[in-house]
Amino acid sequence: MNDQIVLHYEIPSDDFTRAGEASSNVKKKLKKMGFDPEIVRRVAITMYEGEINMIIHANGGYIDVIITLDKIEIIFNDSGPGIENIELAMSAGFSTAPDNIRSLGFGAGMGLPNMKNYSDEINVESKIGKGTKVYAKILVTKRID
Amino acid sequence: MTINDIKDILKATYIIGEEHGEKEVHTACGSDMMSDVLAFYKDQSVLLTGLCNPQVIRTAEMMDIICIVFVRGKVPDEMTVELAREKGIALISTGHRMFSACGRLYEEGLRGGASYR
Repeated sequence: MNDQIVLHYEIPSDDFTRAGEASSNVKKKLKKMGFDPEIVRRVAITMYEGEINMIIHANGGYIDVIITLDKIEIIFNDSGPGIENIELAMSAGFSTAPDNIRSLGFGAGMGLPNMKNYSDEINVESKIGKGTKVYAKILVTKRID
Repeated sequence: MTINDIKDILKATYIIGEEHGEKEVHTACGSDMMSDVLAFYKDQSVLLTGLCNPQVIRTAEMMDIICIVFVRGKVPDEMTVELAREKGIALISTGHRMFSACGRLYEEGLRGGASYR
């Protein structure tokens, strides 16, 4: 493996049926590279939740994934409405998703909390009316409890 | 417990994936909210759900869930079935409601896996 592999994904807006394709692609690639299945799963879930969030709340965006032997970094960028209260958005059960999203199985207020649980480090920056940037890091050596 | 055992216990039928029938399942999770499923962390699992869209398959894929049981006799559309086929996930359908489907599997020894916090 090269020192660093960078993957870039454009996430389309409002195409809920295709949501998860980027995460699925990353999962497949990491598996092929021989990463531990638990690490692969943690990356896949973190990215999938972020991908879903982008489609529900932000009219899509883009995701960069930086893979090295000791860590996997996922950077989500969108130009959506921004998050008013990040602390509240990070708490389990808080959701601003509309009802039609709930009928699709999302909007339980677990997106960001799940991303936090499955990653070793997470940082959310958001500006109202400008967009949101989420950085998540998963260490390849550290295992979840 | 194998996928075939689950099928028999729930008097269910295969939608696809009969060839995976002898695979072992260690834990189960029942929910219509996919983010709740994503909060649950165990492999070799079965998901019981009443939700029938492609995101159920995507969620299962991310979690390494090997079998999905659709409760209340539901059967997903062709696109969803096709995605499951592509991912090698077995789909079965039972007439039981969520509560009784989960209860029957629990009674036979299948457990949730996620710890109560």
